[in-house]
Amino acid sequence: MQLINQHAKRIMEECKVKARAAGLRFGDETLEYIVTNRQMVDLKPRIFIPTLYDYWVHDVETLKARGSYQVFPHNAYETVVNTRPTMSFYNDNNPDWLNVMIFYHVLGHIDFFQNNVMYRHTWSDDFSGQALADKRVIAGLRSEHGRWLDYVIEFSRGIDNLVGYYETLAELNEERSGHPTKTDFFFDTFLQNIKKVRQSEYLRYLDLYNELISGEQGEQSFFREVTEKYPELGAEFERYIKERRARPSDLLEFIMENSTFLNRRENEWMKEAIVIVRRTSLYFQPQIRDHILNEGWATYWHERLFIEDDRVRGNEVKYAKIHADVTALNRMGINPYAIGMRLLQHIEDMAEKGRYSYDYQRTRSMEEREKYDLHTGNGTAFLFKMREELNDFSLISRFVDQEFVDRHKLFVAGKRFNSDELRWEWYIKSRKAEDYKQMLIGQLYHPPHITVDEAETGETLSLVHHFEGKRLVPEYIPATMIGIEYLWGRPVKLKTHENYLEGNEERWRHVIYTSKDRKVTKDIGKHVSPEVESWFKSN
Amino acid sequence: MRTIYHPLLTLDELLKMDERRKNDGFYPRIKIGRIIRPGERGKVVIFPTTIEEKFYHDNRDLSNEEDQTSGGSGEGEEGDVVGYIPEEGQGGQGRGSGSEDHGEGTDAYELGKILAERLKLPNLKDKGRKHLAQPKYDLTDRNKGSGQILDKKATLKNVIRTNIALGRLTDPATADMSELIINPRDKEYRILSREQQYEAQALVFFGRDYSGSMVGQPSKAVVSQHLWIYCWLMYQYERRVDTRFVLHDDAAKEVSTFEDYYRRAASGGTTILSLFKYINDVVNNENLARDNNIYVFYGTDGDDVGGNDYSKVLASEIEKMLGYSNRLGITIVNHRTTSFGTNLESSGLLTKYDQLIKVDSFDNTVTEERLREGVRKLVS
Repeated sequence: MQLINQHAKRIMEECKVKARAAGLRFGDETLEYIVTNRQMVDLKPRIFIPTLYDYWVHDVETLKARGSYQVFPHNAYETVVNTRPTMSFYNDNNPDWLNVMIFYHVLGHIDFFQNNVMYRHTWSDDFSGQALADKRVIAGLRSEHGRWLDYVIEFSRGIDNLVGYYETLAELNEERSGHPTKTDFFFDTFLQNIKKVRQSEYLRYLDLYNELISGEQGEQSFFREVTEKYPELGAEFERYIKERRARPSDLLEFIMENSTFLNRRENEWMKEAIVIVRRTSLYFQPQIRDHILNEGWATYWHERLFIEDDRVRGNEVKYAKIHADVTALNRMGINPYAIGMRLLQHIEDMAEKGRYSYDYQRTRSMEEREKYDLHTGNGTAFLFKMREELNDFSLISRFVDQEFVDRHKLFVAGKRFNSDELRWEWYIKSRKAEDYKQMLIGQLYHPPHITVDEAETGETLSLVHHFEGKRLVPEYIPATMIGIEYLWGRPVKLKTHENYLEGNEERWRHVIYTSKDRKVTKDIGKHVSPEVESWFKSN
Repeated sequence: MRTIYHPLLTLDELLKMDERRKNDGFYPRIKIGRIIRPGERGKVVIFPTTIEEKFYHDNRDLSNEEDQTSGGSGEGEEGDVVGYIPEEGQGGQGRGSGSEDHGEGTDAYELGKILAERLKLPNLKDKGRKHLAQPKYDLTDRNKGSGQILDKKATLKNVIRTNIALGRLTDPATADMSELIINPRDKEYRILSREQQYEAQALVFFGRDYSGSMVGQPSKAVVSQHLWIYCWLMYQYERRVDTRFVLHDDAAKEVSTFEDYYRRAASGGTTILSLFKYINDVVNNENLARDNNIYVFYGTDGDDVGGNDYSKVLASEIEKMLGYSNRLGITIVNHRTTSFGTNLESSGLLTKYDQLIKVDSFDNTVTEERLREGVRKLVS
């Protein structure tokens, strides 16, 4: 692994100037490395952080990747690591014109990492440096505790997908904008969670607030009115702020704070390892959630900037081939580069024509809709706003519409068994935008929502899996529970639900798993849970 | 103490570490995976693999496998077919139950070695017939005056013998070695010599029922087991293993590649006799039994045509096969009683040739552990 030569670095710096002129924003310092394919293969299991802590699963994944590479050699053009300064890895064998294209793509990623609010908790970190420090800590712990360290890492990683990512973002947001105001607390928490008022009551207070806020005394007069009915509001707000500061944001934090096993003097070293696992997981949460938007954004910009760049001259055909390889819409399957780039181009076009408006939505005539163009000049600015605020879920759920699906001839493919030919086949199941949107959303990363039931937790740690219409993978539950039991030091209980077939009808029931003395038992509830019932009613 | 930049753990180290987990009260976590390169001379590559178990949403549909969806693009009306799905683990993506190669089986050999150790599979005590292998050159001959390596002990003996003959050495206790005369012919060397070697080699017939009822999991189970057996034989015979693949529905046919052996499906009926008859004919016509240790492994779901005469002919063909084969291993992917299973039982061959013929039965939901257990049963 070595830094790119001065010639290539000069190309990168020239690309930065042009990218900035087009509106991209990123820090001055970047590090570009040339790596061999073998190094690229070895880095992948370590999430491309060369300094990531040592752990046997990384070694297993590396051996697996090497095996796979022997049979199916492949290589990525580039890989970008979100750290300060940003690092990127390249193959040794790219000509200058291709490097220009790749550098624009990389700059698109860097701009995304450094401006999308979903990455706010990573903005000030030299994660590579932090990882090196963590690696040394882990190496030191391993020399003292041997394989028991690996067990602690394993069990912590068993629940590192439940880290409080959104809680961390919310906390950062509060730090920037101050803690939740009394108004936020009143509408978001007090009325809804504490008093559980009816919707009409909630709306009445909202109207009252809107009416009084424009008055001379604004919020003061509003709270004077409210306090007459709810004199306890002030005390509740104070308690809320106090508790909010002290509350662990996820299961790993809860266990670290409350496990008597971990808090024994001889076991306190384990918490050092857990903190490292949690920190690493938290760092990479946004990247798991924005593959389509992130790749789409980088591809959009490499196309736009490279076509405008003089250095494409003479290489148009070669460029077109490589670009088409990356961005082709496959007959079957979802290519995040292709979907992301085209969706962003679609959004830009729609915004440019002023179609994200009530007026356009009301237009029913197809002819008029096709002609609708307000020439707003806001297309690109609208895109930059998207880049700042969205992730894959919000992008897809808001902007995949019938025009987009029709324009690119997209469809949802279904699977069915062909009993004549005795094989499974894909067929066009739907071309409706709503179906396509749901299909894409169904493929996004979405970990289960599992929290600690603090009221029930004592000797036994009580976990609740909140119902979202999906069960947990049953095969993985025992090992995960045993891992949590090890860290907690005492029994662990998980309340969840599972579906089953009664005849041909799908039914749901409560299930409680208990892990005690490293044995996991399962109790099946007889009745459909009220939580599940209410979910069905509300959907 | 391990250094900060620790070298990658090897497969052996990882497997040993995994063994220790049991003593610590935790489940083993590492499995052996393999990838095949599609094509005739596809290479089997092995690697460790593991799953980090966590609480994940289960996206598998309980009631209807047909509910799975994906995305696509292009022309076509709703309902139009846009593509076919290869059987899971087949060559298209190169993943899955494996392939074999005839020239570069190093990894299959390694896998066989690991299998033999981890599953405690038996080693073959008698590898059977041996044939003349490629000649080998070794330093087994001697030559006086010139050669590759000087044999100092023999040379010294010659020198002493010569000097005694010349009368220069009368009392060995007081002899001055620097005074001895050295004849160039006394120098004795080891030289390379062509040696003939006899080695055992195996020929394995893998047979599979590919009729309509074998589509999907049954085929996958059979082929997976056959791959493990192939690796074990590669280890036992020091890579000197040849393979032949035979499929049958109503009639038997031979295919040249493992990929074909795995992928092909037919919609016809089932006549198991056709396979045994075909292999017997091939062995007889090509005189294969003279130079090879022949193994036959066969997998089916057990559905077969019936009839008294049929079962007699079937038994006689199987018995003929047992006359030349070192082992006949039969896998039946079906727990219920099948016509083939009944025919086997009633033929009396299972008791008469209990050292030569082994049968393993399981149902469709078999786990990988159970498959490997079956391998032990078939080869023990």
